[in-house]
Amino acid sequence: MTILAATGKDSDQPAASEPGPGAVRKQRRGQGDEPAVGVQVPRSSRILVLVGLVLFLIYSIAPVWWLLVSATKNEADLINTNGLWFAEFNLFDNLRQIFAYEDGIFLRWTLNSLLYAGVGSVVNTALALAAGYGLARFTFPGKKLILGLVIGSFLIPYAMLTLPLYLLFSKLGMVNTVWAVLIPTFISPFSVYLAKVYTEGAIPPELLEAARIDGAGEVRIFLQIVVRMVATGGATIFLLSFVASWNGFFLPMTMLQGAENWTMTLGIYNWLVQSMTNASASTDFTAIVIAGALLSVIPLAAVMLVMQRFWKSGVSLGAVKS
Amino acid sequence: MVNVDTASRPPRAVRPGAAPRAAPGHRTRRVHGAPRLSGLLFTAPFLVGFALVFLVPFGYALYQSGFIERKSGSGFGRAVTEFVGFENYVRGLTDPVFWQATFRVVVFAVVQIPIMLLLALVMALLLDAVTGRKTRYFRLGLLIPYMIPLMVGSLIWLYLYSPRLGPLTDAGRQVGLEVDFFSVDLLWFSIGNLLTWGHVGFNMLILYSALRSVPRELFEAARIDGASELRIALSIKVPYVRGTLVLTGMLSIIGMLQIFAEPTVFRVTSPETVTSNFTPIMMIFNQAFKAGNYNYAAALSVILAIVVGAASALFYRLGNRTQS
Repeated sequence: MTILAATGKDSDQPAASEPGPGAVRKQRRGQGDEPAVGVQVPRSSRILVLVGLVLFLIYSIAPVWWLLVSATKNEADLINTNGLWFAEFNLFDNLRQIFAYEDGIFLRWTLNSLLYAGVGSVVNTALALAAGYGLARFTFPGKKLILGLVIGSFLIPYAMLTLPLYLLFSKLGMVNTVWAVLIPTFISPFSVYLAKVYTEGAIPPELLEAARIDGAGEVRIFLQIVVRMVATGGATIFLLSFVASWNGFFLPMTMLQGAENWTMTLGIYNWLVQSMTNASASTDFTAIVIAGALLSVIPLAAVMLVMQRFWKSGVSLGAVKS
Repeated sequence: MVNVDTASRPPRAVRPGAAPRAAPGHRTRRVHGAPRLSGLLFTAPFLVGFALVFLVPFGYALYQSGFIERKSGSGFGRAVTEFVGFENYVRGLTDPVFWQATFRVVVFAVVQIPIMLLLALVMALLLDAVTGRKTRYFRLGLLIPYMIPLMVGSLIWLYLYSPRLGPLTDAGRQVGLEVDFFSVDLLWFSIGNLLTWGHVGFNMLILYSALRSVPRELFEAARIDGASELRIALSIKVPYVRGTLVLTGMLSIIGMLQIFAEPTVFRVTSPETVTSNFTPIMMIFNQAFKAGNYNYAAALSVILAIVVGAASALFYRLGNRTQS
């Protein structure tokens, strides 16, 4: 459900803005400027704004703080001590339990998640950029139909596709292999749609004409000109695909029965189920669910922080066109 | 499908369908010397995958929904698959369990999405009102929930709500309230809060980006005319991002009607409240993998697709009508 669009360019402005009647040229406001002198925003409303933002900030961060604190506790302290402050520091003991569980299968889940999200999203982005370019800058028979199918498929519930796909994959003997999760990750109509929008915004047709006149081949134009110019948009597509794959639940749950191919999400969910049913087991399931949850935050948060500039400056639905 | 072009323009300029009609001629015109099949070749790798992962399963689901697998004789004999036309659809359309589940998520979406979008809008307006370095820190902080994997977000709230571990029940007790977040009455509130927490920041970011494209001069002019900040927000900024709101709302509806992961996590702790057929997708999953009735599951998923399509079309109509 997390879907967005971004401008192909690295700016806050919509890609194609036409000046409306009497509209003044839009200005990009720098980070530090204040409203013009003489029309100051009243102090009282500035304070109200800050209070509101701080409240929202607390709401956003407090649950994560709870996770951070709780990951350092054992089960007894989880129940008996204040959830928002530290007790006996048991993080390393929890981590040891996590990596000892079934010969370190958690590490396997981590690598699986990275494989599905990483490789899956790289291929997803590559296919989408090529298809988006083909749809944006060429005419060919059947193009309208393809566009219609791509956009229409946004409305199809994923369950309607995943179940028959499961049956097809099981006929091909692919269920319970990494391919059963990877192949659906490769293909995203929404990525193609975004790639088309970015290409329209970033690649002027005149540029392609000039390159052709200079004798550049089509593949070379795509790889050396188009891919470079839509790199920001491509990064956004990669990021969205990565997040979607990392969060995926229905697809891996349907396709993967054997624990060795699971994702972190699926593994932690399974531990949660165990923590409710196997109360007497030797493993402290509640503690490892929480510490495991904290570990599974790290890769996703790291990718997002590293790629921060793409989603924080590029995101704008204003650039999406029908 | 979506004309989000409206987002980037002042509301007065919005005439549905006016701008895009003028544009395509320019944008898709054939470029000099472009070989006719190149476009198709660039699109081909995706198309092959799209056919495999979308078109074939789609057709297969439609095909399957026309059959029923019957066990012959005492139930130990070989199963016979026979074509039954619309029998699965008739069963689905008259299945009260399915419609209860659908009704549940529709009501939930009607309450949840406006609340979440309103909060996102308020956050975006507040963020738009601060200047300088503060903007960066607040924006990053408000987006932290988006960096938390969905499963982890669900787990965090599951534990926060839990009377055994969570601080929320204790806090309620201290002010004299006995709250059970997993009770029938509060369950949707609990899931709604979890969804709001996870998604509000992202929707805020989209709305904030739209707000940044409002010409700043408009505000100064309004301020000189003596308009209050609140008035500026309501009369200038909000109308400006209406198109974006309609779009984010529509995407939220599509997602919300297909909700699966969050209730499935909640089912772990409260299986009596969150039944196995709690949402349409949970029921479809259940029919396919617990009851082993793929044919019926396929028919249900086709019906759900129609519901999702109808709901988003209706919302899009309503959203655009209020605009003009």
